[in-house]
Amino acid sequence: MAIIDHHEAAVDGGDLVLSEATARDYFELLKPRVMSLVVFTALAGLVLAPGHINPIIGVIALLCIAVGAGASGALNMWYDADIDAVMSRTAKRPIPSGRIRPREALAFGLTLSAFSVAILGLAVNWLSAGLLAFTIFFYAVIYTMWLKRSTPQNIVIGGAAGAFPPMIGWACVTGGVSVESIVLFLITFLWTPAHFWALALFKMKDYADVGVPMLPNVAGEKTTKHQIMIYAVLTAIISVVPSCLGFASLGYGIFAAAMGAAFVWYSVGVLRMPEGDRAMVPAKKLFAYSIFYLFAIFAGLMIDRALMAAGWSL
Amino acid sequence: MEMVTLSDKQKKSRRGRNIALAVVLAALVALFYVITLVKIAGGMVG
Repeated sequence: MAIIDHHEAAVDGGDLVLSEATARDYFELLKPRVMSLVVFTALAGLVLAPGHINPIIGVIALLCIAVGAGASGALNMWYDADIDAVMSRTAKRPIPSGRIRPREALAFGLTLSAFSVAILGLAVNWLSAGLLAFTIFFYAVIYTMWLKRSTPQNIVIGGAAGAFPPMIGWACVTGGVSVESIVLFLITFLWTPAHFWALALFKMKDYADVGVPMLPNVAGEKTTKHQIMIYAVLTAIISVVPSCLGFASLGYGIFAAAMGAAFVWYSVGVLRMPEGDRAMVPAKKLFAYSIFYLFAIFAGLMIDRALMAAGWSL
Repeated sequence: MEMVTLSDKQKKSRRGRNIALAVVLAALVALFYVITLVKIAGGMVG
């Protein structure tokens, strides 16, 4: 046993480990950028759902959804630490860089998962808590542990995890799931493949190095470009559906159609990209635009709802 | 028994983690307090 300033030291594999991890390192485990997208889409679910929720309970619901999403990010980083260490995009994450030990990340992720689900259930309702628990399970177990390393369709199915937050937000207000909340789910679900495969195209070498079967590595660039095109078209179509179903105005529909047309146009740019193009500028442009697109669509839905409430809508 | 002295960086990071944990625990107490108030007020209105 070693005595460190009157505290016991952690012993890992016989070696004394003195942590230099900061609170910021733990925050980084939560994947804050992904969390911001989750919070934003969950907020859209809360705003668009019919009915009323106490604003304080609404903020607590968002906090729980954000922490739950962060927890699944921490569990993902715990499991993927071996491949994160090899890929340039992820090598500086807290675990591969040695700032946080894997079992600390695991404990952190499990604790936050349990607290976020329990508090959402106690404060809001148990359906939304159940959906949040399923989302964490889906991302950490179904996607990270199973699909990611076994099939090129990993992010198509795994994309469901990122698509659940607006449905959870909706369930927080209504206590149920409806066609409208499924449409909100489908917007992110169908958007994910085009978004992620654009990234996979220009990070192909990284994924090949770690043996993750991303579509460009398994099926080739040509097939990936066609698949991106198909999903971009599907995303553009589903984004207009809220107007068709009447829970968004015609004005939103026109906006979504224009945004969707641009999404398809950027995908056409990727389709025309020559095979073996090293710079892959069109794929990088599509990736950047896809992030902007999703924020714009959900922002558009919320603004539209505010305008409808004020009687200014088309 | 081996004696180990923490470096300044290790002491600083440990202090930072402790403060963050204290803030989270205090926030959790406040959160449960607020949830209780809202639930009680909602029950009275109902």
